[in-house]
Parts: sequence; structure tokens; C-alpha cells
Amino acid sequence: MDKKKKENSIEEFTNQEYKWGFHTDIEQEMVPKGLNEDIIRLISKKKNEPQFLLDFRLKAYRHWLTMTQPHWSHLDIPRIDFNDIIYYAEPKKKKEVRSLDEIDPEILETYKKLGIPLEEQKALSGIAVDAVFDSVSVGTTYSKMLGEQGIIFCSFSEAVHTHPELIKEYLGSVVPWRDNYFATLNSAVFTDGSFCYIPKGVKCPIELSTYFRINAKGTGQFERTLIIADEGSQVSYLEGCTAPQRDENQLHAAVVELFAHKDAKIKYSTVQNWYPGDKNGVGGIFNFVTKRGKCDGDNSKISWTQVETGSAITWKYPGCILKGDNSIGEFYSIAVTNNHQQADTGTKMIHLGKNTSSTIISKGVSAGKAQNSYRGMVRTSPNAINARNFSQCDSLLIGDQCGAHTFPYIDSKGSTATIEHEATTSKISDQQLFYLQQRGIDPEDAVTMIVNGFCKEVLNELPMEFAVEARKLLGVSLEGTVG
Amino acid sequence: MLNVKDLHVSIGENKILKGINLEVNPGEVHAIMGPNGSGKSTFSQVMAGNPAYEVNSGEIHYEGKDFQALEPHMRARAGLFMGFQYPVEIPGVTNIYFLKNSLNAIREAKGLQPLDAYEFNEYLGEKMDAVGMSRELTRRAVNSGFSGGEKKKNEILQLLVLNPKLAILDETDSGLDIDALKTVAGGVEKFRNKDNAVILVTHYQRLLDFIPPDFVHVLMDGKIVLSGDSKLALELEARGYNWVKEENGID
Repeated sequence: MDKKKKENSIEEFTNQEYKWGFHTDIEQEMVPKGLNEDIIRLISKKKNEPQFLLDFRLKAYRHWLTMTQPHWSHLDIPRIDFNDIIYYAEPKKKKEVRSLDEIDPEILETYKKLGIPLEEQKALSGIAVDAVFDSVSVGTTYSKMLGEQGIIFCSFSEAVHTHPELIKEYLGSVVPWRDNYFATLNSAVFTDGSFCYIPKGVKCPIELSTYFRINAKGTGQFERTLIIADEGSQVSYLEGCTAPQRDENQLHAAVVELFAHKDAKIKYSTVQNWYPGDKNGVGGIFNFVTKRGKCDGDNSKISWTQVETGSAITWKYPGCILKGDNSIGEFYSIAVTNNHQQADTGTKMIHLGKNTSSTIISKGVSAGKAQNSYRGMVRTSPNAINARNFSQCDSLLIGDQCGAHTFPYIDSKGSTATIEHEATTSKISDQQLFYLQQRGIDPEDAVTMIVNGFCKEVLNELPMEFAVEARKLLGVSLEGTVG
Repeated sequence: MLNVKDLHVSIGENKILKGINLEVNPGEVHAIMGPNGSGKSTFSQVMAGNPAYEVNSGEIHYEGKDFQALEPHMRARAGLFMGFQYPVEIPGVTNIYFLKNSLNAIREAKGLQPLDAYEFNEYLGEKMDAVGMSRELTRRAVNSGFSGGEKKKNEILQLLVLNPKLAILDETDSGLDIDALKTVAGGVEKFRNKDNAVILVTHYQRLLDFIPPDFVHVLMDGKIVLSGDSKLALELEARGYNWVKEENGID
């Protein structure tokens, strides 16, 4: 095998196809393009929202108008025309959907194609699913069974009506409406998302999950997820995302807030596979997401695990505010970028309480002409006595046209804090590939095997069902990288 | 089985092999010996298809097939195994996972059903006993944190698991103490039968004490300058390589 052939195979990588790129043909109801107070009032009215929520939206919108898009990331972001976006799209429904049987068969078929059956009897065992299609939730499984334990798991819009007191108390309590440009935009125009409340002392018996699907053309997706774990409760939550293949860039600006009370544990796992754009970098999702968890009570724990393989641009830093004493924050991340994809992702660990600890394990894999950055902040306040952090950031390069960058920020105000940071950058070596090939393993499987090995510590953190999916996804994302 | 004709190989600007001829038949053991830098490892790497080396001219035929047209994994699937002088570490990939995928890739190419986890475990267990390897090594990442001896034993374990037709062992004996050397040699002896062949690439006679070769070739300055039977290896052990150099007019 000569060098030329090898280069060709690297090119083949760019020709890989996105397997979730189909479009569902369905009648949709949309609001007019553009962003102004009337649009926001219209969205709020369509959702029949209480006044406090409309006020929240307008407050955010007016503040957003005074803000400018941030440019500190290591990303090349084309200008976004916020008036050229449709802020609300929903599948037209003939009548109110009361049970899963009444969901439009086209939508059921879409989720089936994505491997997410919404019929409970066929559903993945032990996982409750909330399916968000464009701007609205189209169905939630197992709600009834969970309800028997006092667990609330439903769409955000539904929770606004059934539990307005919880929404009022917690919305914006972790990510305030003035937090940052995209979170503020989300606060103004968010449409739907998932809501989850685990009562005191309850350990959620099954995994909860949301599958987000962008389908409509020209729309943005602005979902809002809120998870509250009351004292001593536990929950594991999964999130998956896909979108059709289009030439235009679509904006996805979500906000996720996690709130953990005393002794509560929240585990939040994401497999993000939005359409990444084609081999020339045309199209793809702009994924500008604000995710944050607050360990409010003592001994609480929040763990983020993410596998980011999709999107043209990813900008997200799931973080933890460690307010409670002895609280624990964790961040496990795999970010794979290929072709012209760009990712600037990492975490923020803010230590406020005593004996708080955080762990950061980040694995970045770049191929093609992609740029992959880890950006992380560890801050310890003077009160965070004996705070501990361990960070490990590893980058793996495939080919010689991609880039890996690490930007760790450490801001330690306490003399008792222990902060460790380790970083490595490696290339898939020709020797490794040759060794595996000499044992009969074809080059693509060899790359997948090496990448899976590289990401192992993070893959191990994923719930079983998700880990299998994530492993496959890593293989698909890296098809044809090396010869 | 293997037929190499007038093989010329370079890496970058350097010409390393300058006209190698070799024929290997089923049931035979060949030893390729020679001083450092004579091209022994290059020969092994080129047989296995390492793309870092460029074949300038010559032919490599394996069971009638033009081997140069095949990528390394296709050569492996056709029955060629190379024991590495420096086995490569693959962090995070367990030895057992690697071996199972490797065996099943080769089985699939032969039209055989892949072994499931249970069958493979049983099969692997037998082979591990044969090389006296502890079970714990199967759960560790491929060659990661293995001692030199463990790495070489791991190569022999792979040889037994994959059971190829032609095994080229590149200095598998180097860096081993006498007990490890015996284990490695024992593994190779277990592997050998009338239908397969072994090429031992080595500096020293000591491996050949345990695995007597049918043919010994001396590689110098990119050429096989002398061939003989096992007695030649003993003579080299006793007299060194200088006399061969002198007789062939090599500096």
C-alpha cells in the first residue's frame, strides 16, 4: 500500500454519509420568519402560557437586544441572521394527542427509523422516552408508571400547565436569563423540551431520555430542559439528537438546567449527532448550547457525560456549580470532529462549598480538516476549603490537516485547593494501524478500535444501552479515515 | 508457498534490500541471520506489507498470488503472520477484544462462522496455557505495560490463536531470558506442522538450539550471501560474521 493510496482513503472519510439525514414529509404549522416581541407573544400565546412566562421571555428578549454575539471561542462562525430563522414549527395535528396511539403515524415512523420506538410495548426496555419533534414534544412514554412514584416526566410545555409552581421556582435558577448570548436568546424563544422532577428519596427506576429531532426547514430549535432532583433522590437521564441533511445551517440553541438538592444524584448523558454538514462544510447544525447543573445541597452529585459527533459547530460547556459541601461534579466527554466540523467544548467547575471535588476527563478526536478544542474552567472560591479537581484532556489526531487545542483556565482563590491537570496529544500511529492490519483487521475497523480504546474511560461512564450506540456512532463517524 | 524473486526495497532514499531470492515450502523452517543493519527486519516488514517501505522491483508470490497487490490485512487473512520485534501498544483496547476481532476477521475471510464470546474464551484458554500466560493479561490493554518478555509471549499467543500458514518471526528471541526463550520456542514448536512454514529472523544461534532450521540464510548488505543447513548457524555462532563478509567482499 503506497502513500497515495493512503491519502485517498483519508479523502474517502470525507465522503461518508450521514445516515440520519432523511426528511419527514409532514404538514407543519409555523410562525412567520423573524424575531421580535410579536413573535415571542405569538409563541407564548400558542402555548397558552401563564403571564410569568411571557414576562420571562420578554425580559430576556429585551436584554438580548443589548448583547453581542461572543467571539472568544476557537471557532470560525459565519454571521447568523437571526431574522431569517423560523422560531416555532410544530407538526399540524388534527386533534389533541391524548395517548401515544394518536401520534401522527409519520412521526412514529420517523422515530422508528431513528431506532427509537415510541410504542411502549416495543420501547427499549427500561428507558422512558420524551420525543421532541422540531419545537414540540410529540410523546412521552412511561409517564403513568413513573407517576405512581411521584416522578414527573413530561414535556416542558405540559409542565408549565400542570406544575407552574415548579417552573416558576426553578426556571433560570441555574442558567439565568441574562447568562450569555445564546442562553438569553433561548430564554426569549424556547419552545419545548423535557421536564423532570424526582421527589424526595426516590431513585428513578428507569433511565429517562429525550430524543430531539429537527425536521422543518429554516427553523431553529430552542429547547429547554429542566431536571430537579429533590433530597436524596437519583436519576439518570439520556439525550439524543439528529437532523435531516440540508444545505443551510440550522441553529440549535438549547438550555439545560439541572438542580440537585441535598444527597441527590443526577447523571446526564448526551449522544449528540446533529447533521454535521457535507464534506465541503456546507450545511449542518450550529449547536450553541448552555448546560449547567447546580449541586445546591450538601453531598449532592452531578455527572455529565457527552459524546459529540455531529453538528457543523459545537459550542458547549456543561458545567457544575458545587455549592453544597462535599458535593461532586463530573464531566466525561468525547468530541469527534471530521471534515470541516468545529468543536469548542469543555466544562466549568465552580467550587463554592467545602470539600467539593470535580473530575474532568475529555477525549477529543479530530480528522479531516476539523478543529477540536477543549476549553475548561476550574474555579475555587476562598470558602471552598479542601476543594479538589482532577482534569485529564487527551487529543487524538487522524491525518495531518486537523487541529487539536486545549485551553484550561484555572482560577484558584483558596490556598487549600488541590488542582491537577494532565494533557496529552497523540496521533494514530502508522505502527498501530499496521500492527492491527497485520492481524487481519481492516483499516477502518482498526481506526475504530484505536479510537474506542482512546475513549474507553468515557464510554465506560455511559449507561449500557447508550454505550453500544455510542461505540457504533464512533465507528460510523470515522469511516474511511485512514487506509 | 512463498516465492521471492530479485526483491529490491528502499525506505526514503536508502536502498535496503538489493536483490533477495527465497523459496519457502510447507513444512520448512528457514532461519535468516545476519548482523545489525543487514536488512532482516526490512525483509519481514515488506513481506507483511508495511506501507513505509517501497518495493522498487522484484516479485513476491504467496500460494501463487501476487502478494504486492494485497494490503496488509488481506495478506494476514491469506495466512501470513508476522511476529513483531517491537510489539505495538494499543491503549484502551483489551487483549481479548483485539484477539477475538482478529481471529474472527480471519475466520470470516475463510468463510467460517465467527466464534462467540464463550467459544472464543475456551479456545483462548487452551492457547494461553500453551505459552504459560496468566489469564489476567487478556483483560489488559494490548501490550500496554507488558514487560519485554510478556510482549514476546503475547506475539506467540497470537501465532497460536490465529494459526497462520506462514509465520515470520522477527527477532522474537531478542531480549528474552532463557526461561522465556524456552516458552517462546515451545510455542513455535506447537505451531509447526507439515502444512505450515516458519521463517525465523534472528541474530543468534540460541533460538535455533530449540527450533532446528532446515535452511539457514545469511543476509548481508541487502542480499542473501550464503545459504546452508543448520550447521551454518553453528559455524556463525563460533566464527562470527566477518569471514562471510570477507569472502563476499563486503566492507
